[in-house]
Amino acid sequence: MATEFAHQLSRREFLLTSGALVVSTSLSLGVSSAFAQTGAAAPPPQFPSPDQLDSWIAILPDGTAEAFFGKMDMGQGLEVAIAQIVAEELDVAVEHVTVRMGDTATSCNQGGASGSTGVSLGAKPLRNAAAEARRILVERAARVLKVPADKLTVTNGVVAVAGTPASGVSYADLVGGKHFDTSVEWNKQIGNFMDVKGQARPKPLSDYQLVGKSVPRRDVAGKIFGTADYVTDIRVPGMLHARMIRPPTGGSTIASVNAESIKNARVVREGEFLAVVAEREWDAIEAARTLDVKWTPHDGDPFPGADGLHDHIRDATIVKREETTRKGDTESAFKSAARIIEAEYHWPLQSHASMGPACAVADVRSGEATIWTGSQKPHSTRDGVAKLLGLPTEKVRGIWVMGPGSYGRNDAGDAAMDAAYLSKLTGRPVRVQGMRSDGTAWDPKGAACVHRARAGLDASGKVIAYEFVTKGLSRVNVMFNESDPRDCLAGMTLGLPLNPGAGLGSPSESYAFGAKLLAWEVVPPLLDRCSPLRTSHLRDPLGPEVHFGSEQFIDEIAAAVKADPVEFRLQYITAPRDAAIVKAAAEKAGWKPRRAPAHRVRSLHAKVLHGRGIAYAQRSDTVVAVIADIEVYPKDGRIWARKFTVAHDCGLIINPKSLRQTIEGNVVQGLSRTLFEEVHFDRNTVRSVDWASYPILEIRDAPEEIDIVLINSTDVAPSGAGEPTMRCVPAAVANAFWDATGVRMRRVPLSPARVKAALAKT
Amino acid sequence: MASVEFTLDGRPVSVDADVAMPLLYAIRNDLGHNNPHFGCGLAQCGACTVHLDGRALRSCITPLSSVQGRTITTIKGLGTPEKPHALQQAYIEEQVPQCGYCVNGWIMTAAALLNGNPKATDEQIRAGLAGLKCRCGTHMSIMRAVKRARALMAEPAAT
Repeated sequence: MATEFAHQLSRREFLLTSGALVVSTSLSLGVSSAFAQTGAAAPPPQFPSPDQLDSWIAILPDGTAEAFFGKMDMGQGLEVAIAQIVAEELDVAVEHVTVRMGDTATSCNQGGASGSTGVSLGAKPLRNAAAEARRILVERAARVLKVPADKLTVTNGVVAVAGTPASGVSYADLVGGKHFDTSVEWNKQIGNFMDVKGQARPKPLSDYQLVGKSVPRRDVAGKIFGTADYVTDIRVPGMLHARMIRPPTGGSTIASVNAESIKNARVVREGEFLAVVAEREWDAIEAARTLDVKWTPHDGDPFPGADGLHDHIRDATIVKREETTRKGDTESAFKSAARIIEAEYHWPLQSHASMGPACAVADVRSGEATIWTGSQKPHSTRDGVAKLLGLPTEKVRGIWVMGPGSYGRNDAGDAAMDAAYLSKLTGRPVRVQGMRSDGTAWDPKGAACVHRARAGLDASGKVIAYEFVTKGLSRVNVMFNESDPRDCLAGMTLGLPLNPGAGLGSPSESYAFGAKLLAWEVVPPLLDRCSPLRTSHLRDPLGPEVHFGSEQFIDEIAAAVKADPVEFRLQYITAPRDAAIVKAAAEKAGWKPRRAPAHRVRSLHAKVLHGRGIAYAQRSDTVVAVIADIEVYPKDGRIWARKFTVAHDCGLIINPKSLRQTIEGNVVQGLSRTLFEEVHFDRNTVRSVDWASYPILEIRDAPEEIDIVLINSTDVAPSGAGEPTMRCVPAAVANAFWDATGVRMRRVPLSPARVKAALAKT
Repeated sequence: MASVEFTLDGRPVSVDADVAMPLLYAIRNDLGHNNPHFGCGLAQCGACTVHLDGRALRSCITPLSSVQGRTITTIKGLGTPEKPHALQQAYIEEQVPQCGYCVNGWIMTAAALLNGNPKATDEQIRAGLAGLKCRCGTHMSIMRAVKRARALMAEPAAT
């Protein structure tokens, strides 16, 4: 399907033609104080308005339903999960529910794809709204049929007296194509925690028929037959193709630009914001390659080099420190300890390295702007573009179209701002796409960190003091969304004031040690403006980074007291679900207790060594345990993680098949980050610019088997699966490596070169 | 600028462009077939893969001049929902893709592989798919789908 937008639809036209029955009337509400957030300032007006049922659910003339969702399915089955939940509450067939996602004109700002909350938070208002819509429709049917509402049932969108479906009245007849014109109670939250309630209460679990079933995803066929549109496929008549020009070394500024050095293209520049635009894409690419720019290098080399990064972090000043857990007096507990164990773990900078560099299309004209973006947070894109262009928010429309991968705050947010500003400067619609290096060298990076771990044991080997402190680059040096142009390259090149944030994270577990301190410390960015090494959220921010250290350190303590890693964990874990998940994984994998590594490297000539390791973690209310069975090939340094066993409890399961595949994706991407991924850079230049210089896992290194145990805790609300498994993978592999070789790998990636070097030391 | 003629998904086409321009841009921009994707422009990922006379080809580094008179097939021409290639059918059944931006590489490469060697072993499949990238990490589903397609292709044709 070629995407041609013959003309830019106005907001009103769009609403009238899309079937999206969004109303803008504002009705006063009797908001209960228990539900409304008390004491908070009133949120700004929202379009569409969350306090209208019509902003969430529509029944079309044919009786099918539309659900307006303010989050995005990045391909993990969220769309069908939302359809299942809405269909369940409405009592319609799941194939009769269309989920409209990620268009700011038709969906409320639910925060976009964020923190694996698509179901856990994102489904809540949809579920409540669907239940309310059903209640209203049943009441209307009661009046039409002159039967008390409590005598009526709904079957596939037809309301009837139980047992007599032929005498019923359909949703289409009751409301099809018309607004509900009903308000719902909005909790005044914007973003992930947005929720609404009507008078209806959702179904009890015992009545579920669709939730819990592996309904097939609906986005697969379009992707397989080449008919699905990606953001890269959006074309607006009259649009220009653009490529941004980035400095060759970190912190360089423009000395001069020779506009005559390119053909069939022209230079667009404002301050350090520099691009080439052309009628034809290939001309823009050639112009970007050949444009003659003289650069003024940064005053002094801005970077420590990848090999010096962790020394730099260890020695750097601390801009913010937070103690996330403090129980008891660790200092005196360490003083009284009979034995102290210490270790330090290093995590490198990693790139989102999305499958393709980001692309965005913007059409800015007549005081309005439309942005097509692959960003996982189009409402943030809208807000950021409005600020960048000085337009009212309601004059900007962000439309999410599936991009080439996502995994957090990647380069998509920057591309959207660049496209918007280029459209403003040129007066034409503009499509901007990066080249490979823009996606690898210039995306915001996942935070690098140094973890200092310390445990104090008493004479009996009991852990009486425990400390885990993470020091590193901020997870929000640039914000995890693009709602503020100061957090984007466009804003930085245009000279907007900087807006650095400081935050990191700590392990999520339930170990009870005598005294316990978990803390993090943020160091300043390596380069504060327009840095290719600026840091932000990368999938499961700080999850793999932190637990690589903490879950390996638990193994190190267990080894020090000659305890089995599973038994040792169970000895100190306090949360019953955590203990259950560790036991479930161990049982499924046939874990055999051990008090020492199975093997020791005796010779680099050993052909292959086998090892097994475990790691566990919480994330929100989800708990996961992962067991890795690996093979180590000393000769070439290769690790093959042949089998993983995953035990996973994310509360009530909506769609088991999608869940399993989401877990598999977590394992494989997590394995890639563990074995291969590190952003290389020298003292002023990022050297990881493509797939050769930033290798990721290929199919040769994919596991042979991932054995998954799903615990369906139906008494626990759904709590998210998009990220939790990933955080267990690095430590499970490193612990397996120790089992195989007797050697600890305390720095990621466990690349062939690093494995060979580590084994050579033994 | 010159005119280059070739067959695209069964239809004769003609493109007037810089003949040094990679085929990918002709397919996408001049001919409006969006399905091959730009991933790297360096033949390192596979997102742009098409078939040239039945052989998997990275269109991002293939000059337009080299396809004069040749037959190009994209994933759209490989099969349709009504008549899917075995790999497409297997991909649907296994619900393989996550973002799906990479599927041209995997499906077109695996199709060429299985078309040439319908009894490829698991090892041969892994070797034949080397160099392809999937950032979402759907490799487990990919292997299941390729093996399923191999089984589908081994079935006697329906009569």
